[in-house]
Amino acid sequence: MSDQNASMKDQGNGKSAMSANTDRRLILLDESDNVLVVAATLRADEIVQIESQSITLQRRIGVGHKLARRTIAAGATVLKYGAPIGSMTEAASAGDHVHIHNMKSDYIPTYTHANQTDFTGVSS
Amino acid sequence: MNQTWQGWARQDGRKGVRNLVAVVYLVECARHVAEAVAAPWRDPLSGGAGDVQAMGFPGCYPSAYGHRMLERLLTHPNVGAVLLVSLGCEGFDKRRLAGAVEASGRPVEVLTIQDAGGTRAAVDAGRAYIERIRTEIADGQRVEMTPADLIVGTICGGSDGTSGITGNPAAGRAFDRLIEAGAACIFEETGELIGCEQHMAARAATPELGREVESAVHKAARYYETLGHASFAAGNADGGLTTIEEKSMGAYAKSGRSEILGLLKPGDIPPSGGLYLLDVVPDGEVRFGFPNINDNAEIAELIACGAHMVLFVTGRGSVVGSACAPVIKICANPETYARMADDMDIDAGRILKGEADLDQVGQEILDAIFDTAAGEQTRSEALGHQEFILTYKSFEPIGPACLPAR
Repeated sequence: MSDQNASMKDQGNGKSAMSANTDRRLILLDESDNVLVVAATLRADEIVQIESQSITLQRRIGVGHKLARRTIAAGATVLKYGAPIGSMTEAASAGDHVHIHNMKSDYIPTYTHANQTDFTGVSS
Repeated sequence: MNQTWQGWARQDGRKGVRNLVAVVYLVECARHVAEAVAAPWRDPLSGGAGDVQAMGFPGCYPSAYGHRMLERLLTHPNVGAVLLVSLGCEGFDKRRLAGAVEASGRPVEVLTIQDAGGTRAAVDAGRAYIERIRTEIADGQRVEMTPADLIVGTICGGSDGTSGITGNPAAGRAFDRLIEAGAACIFEETGELIGCEQHMAARAATPELGREVESAVHKAARYYETLGHASFAAGNADGGLTTIEEKSMGAYAKSGRSEILGLLKPGDIPPSGGLYLLDVVPDGEVRFGFPNINDNAEIAELIACGAHMVLFVTGRGSVVGSACAPVIKICANPETYARMADDMDIDAGRILKGEADLDQVGQEILDAIFDTAAGEQTRSEALGHQEFILTYKSFEPIGPACLPAR
């Protein structure tokens, strides 16, 4: 973690380091974010590059969904657009899908259908 | 910007971009008759011109909010003539409403079903009136319009994780350009700006207005908390949005970067060009249920504030339009656009594919606004979408800090 941060700082421009190393289908909206936004549906078993790490996806992930940019601890604040959008209910590793199953609102709980269990954003 | 086009001159000095006949039910019991009266002209998919539209209020109990909303909508510059359809025994004060429409210089007629002799006789009488009045207002006075004459609202619905990256910030760019050209722009849904209140307050024209903006969002958070449900639908989660504050951050991008000049409530008309926030959450204790039970409730409120048209950003793929004003559909998600292109005016998802940037899509939105103002049909208009809903709400009037003198 700290090594990775240091190397990004060394390059003096996190954004270009980001775009050079990370899969182009993953968007970093703000340098302080700990999640990336998926710009095109990603297949299960696909290998995506996130900064210095190669990650094999566990399942398909739809457009608009979020992947962890790096390890995020349980209880940590999730940052997107450089702003807090909730907190983790369990830890995530880089490349993990960040959604209902591992994060929550810090304001009002999120409602979903009782039978709504597939939150990957792609119909199988 | 030196665009000009021909609008419709109204007696109060406002200018319309459409010349509609509104057929208005004053209680649910009169809705079928109102819709049947409008039917021959209402739906472009069935060969109608789309310029005779049904709208109304369903309840039989009095509502100061419902009355004010209909009064603002029926004296909206896009409306050229009005037919009120009453059952006869409902609670709505049709005489007062008809008086307000008449005072605005518009032709208005009241059709009471119980006096007309029932459904068939009322529909026949109503259609005869429409035949006549449509021809009469077609010769209405035209007037040159410029961007400074426009009021444009924005809403997002069926949002997903793409809305806040493509469609909403592109709409924000269009707003910035419109405001530079003198237009008034209104963004809304304080219940979907939760977490953005401090940032918004810092953009307010005065510190007092900033405090009003913050307290409007706090009111919304309290209201939704009492109801136990944020302004967040199951489909938002399918689309990758996890929390209300995440949805809010994306929604907030619609407002662009301009200074916030005022805080409006439904039916308040912006006093000048510039950016305004519309507070759509009722005042006082929680009653009558959810503030806006669907997107059209908010669209109707934007139009009641004088919006000539509404920008609607969708990720999941909403198809709605509105009675009274055109809706421009901006599709944020490229996969949705591929499935539903016929319903969409703007393909903002190209940004995700690297085929366009925010400024380009913002310019396309601006062009669509001017084309629509000049009379070109939007996709939802061409497809006959004229959704409308009005429910019970209650508001206190805005305080002096909400519209600081300029």
